[in-house]
Amino acid sequence: MSGDVESTPTPPAPPAASRRTSGFAAPTTGVGDYLRQRWSAIKAGELGALPIIFGLIVIVLIFGTLEDQFLTARNFTNLLLQMAPVAALAMGIVFILLIADGEVVSIDLSVAFVAAVGGVVMTLLQRPGDPGWPWWLCIIGALVITTAIGLLHALIITKLGVPSFILTLAGFLVWSGVVLWLTTRFSTAGTIRIQDDRLVDIANNFLSEGIGWVIGVAVVVGYAFVQVRTMQARQARNLDAKPLPIVVAQVVGVAAIVLWAVWVANSDRGVPQITITLGVFLLVWTFVTTRTAFGRHIYAVGGSPEATRRAGINVDNIRIAVFAINGFMAGVGGVILASRLRSVATNTGGGNLLLNVIAAAVIGGTSLFGGSGRVVSALYGALVITAIQNGMDLLGLNSGIKFIITGVVLLLAVLVDSISKRRRAARGLT
Amino acid sequence: MTTADSSGAERSGDAPLLRCEGVSKSFGAVHALYKVDFEVRSGEVMALVGDNGAGKSTLIKGIVGIYPFDEGTTTFAGKRVKIHGPKDAAALGIEVVYQDLALADNLDVVGNMFLGREIVKLGVLDEVAMEHRAQQTLEGLKVTTLRSVRQTVAGLSGGQRQAVAVAKAVMWGDSKMIILDEPTAALGVAQTRQVLDLVGRLAHQGYAVVLISHNLHDIFEIADRITVLRLGQQVGVMNRRECTQQDVVHAITAGDMQFVPGMDEDTVAS
Ligand SMILES: Nc1ncnc2c1ncn2[C@@H]1O[C@H](COP(=O)(O)OP(=O)(O)OP(=O)(O)O)[C@@H](O)[C@H]1O
Ligand SMILES: [Mg+2]
Repeated sequence: MSGDVESTPTPPAPPAASRRTSGFAAPTTGVGDYLRQRWSAIKAGELGALPIIFGLIVIVLIFGTLEDQFLTARNFTNLLLQMAPVAALAMGIVFILLIADGEVVSIDLSVAFVAAVGGVVMTLLQRPGDPGWPWWLCIIGALVITTAIGLLHALIITKLGVPSFILTLAGFLVWSGVVLWLTTRFSTAGTIRIQDDRLVDIANNFLSEGIGWVIGVAVVVGYAFVQVRTMQARQARNLDAKPLPIVVAQVVGVAAIVLWAVWVANSDRGVPQITITLGVFLLVWTFVTTRTAFGRHIYAVGGSPEATRRAGINVDNIRIAVFAINGFMAGVGGVILASRLRSVATNTGGGNLLLNVIAAAVIGGTSLFGGSGRVVSALYGALVITAIQNGMDLLGLNSGIKFIITGVVLLLAVLVDSISKRRRAARGLT
Repeated sequence: MTTADSSGAERSGDAPLLRCEGVSKSFGAVHALYKVDFEVRSGEVMALVGDNGAGKSTLIKGIVGIYPFDEGTTTFAGKRVKIHGPKDAAALGIEVVYQDLALADNLDVVGNMFLGREIVKLGVLDEVAMEHRAQQTLEGLKVTTLRSVRQTVAGLSGGQRQAVAVAKAVMWGDSKMIILDEPTAALGVAQTRQVLDLVGRLAHQGYAVVLISHNLHDIFEIADRITVLRLGQQVGVMNRRECTQQDVVHAITAGDMQFVPGMDEDTVAS
């Protein structure tokens, strides 16, 4: 038999049972071990939500001391309303950033104006008698249009090989032109009001105190349930699992934050309806990215398109789907934006919306280099960037100063991203 | 270990698992391969050596159907087969580990091993099942240097990455033959050692292993037989125990060409 290999005496193979051999570290049970692992991951550039927590503390300290109004319940609910359109758009941008593959940046510079197109479409469709569609059909109309725009972008990018940066720069002009043209065509003043109360309610209505509490408790219970189930499933198969004290600490932490937020909001006007809507999108997209094969493939494209292709996955289809999702979320953001302002106008989608959206995704911890980030980072980042805007507004800063500060914050976020990416790369070389 | 057992990759005596007879491949005027015979048995490591441009990669690409041969026959497990692409090859149980391993750095070991073939239950990734199976496969290959299958691949050493790529290739229930293209080219001494051990274990578990390498030292340590290509022709199949490194070097650089096709050597070599 030619199969004998003298140089590598191989002991008989173990029985095909599911028992562990000594090949892998035993499942972590110690809190100390777990924290040490986390710490070395942080040192290696996997920062998670740390920069956000740090940023929020700085914001609270600075604006809290400079401006009495900042840390009030009224301002807290305002903040929840103000961050909604940014958060919705940033969720879509997270998807776009995830499929960047290192050298080629993947970005959507047109997202704010695509959102505005969605808002305008919705507003035009609801005009009483002209054509006066029911509110839900107006929303669907807006989402269909923006998703189609996303698909159009995707097809040009993937099939014609135009870099997303250039294509969406063109889109930036085209879609802002469409907004300008539509709003001035249907209104001499360039402003179209939303008359349907249901549409205005979307971003301006609050939950009753009781419902706020019920939802808050449901979120905490749901979170605890998922955490414990995950831990049990992994322990049952003898895989590494988070130690119980850590799970308990996380659940207690989430419970404290959620219930505190409900309490503060209830002491003002209540929990904004739109916050719940965003929470639903957060759940859905987090599920898609982390629990489905499609989500896994999105990350794979961002890590190595070549490896993904060789694994038999159609990389172009993944890119197209991602741009469609981004278009859809742009529509959601546009609906929220129009609803919040109760109208659309020539400048809808302009100003620093685009900057804030991209800053939100990056500040939240989604890498510009692709393959790394979470949907929830859109919410974190939107909270931070909106809190900064809100604080600066309260202080009555000059617009120029506000732009400068926002730009510097974005730069800081990008620097954190680059440095942690270098750390990850350096570790990869060892 | 379960993988090899269930794969039915039993040692089948002297009958080769794969046998190519008189295969040729031309790119325009260049005879990259000319009437080459090649075979590999289950449970053996067949080294494939030759100078740069000798046709090693072309032979592999022909076997897995990326560039189908122009002529010649391929027999697999006793049956004549026509392989038109990597999918056909995978269906027969032939897996290739390419030199640029093509792993997604940002995914963990499990994510990479199951990329494109995820285990899904009711539309949801079954992480626990995948992690379990990945661990079993790695344990079966006695890959003991990985701390955790939840590490991202970016953090792995070259040898560990090679191990992950090999494990990925053998994990599929019906793989019978593994082709490794220069698996140790970029590795240091200790890591080369790990990979060679792994290659040996693959053969020991009954896989037919084809090992492309420029490193004769490695080859003499691990291979059972050695096929030498020179300028697109097969100039010898040697038994490792019955030849010296000198013999192999001689064959690589000056082996007798059986055929002188309708052109001179310069054209063939270009
Ligand atoms: N796609 C192709 N088009 C044209 N010529 C090719 C192609 N692929 C290979 N060749 C030629 O075929 C010959 C054999 O190449 P091959 O890549 O198989 O060599 P190799 O033995 O793998 O060399 P190396 O050790 O450098 O990897 C070379 O002369 C090469 O130039
Ligand atoms: Mg080659």
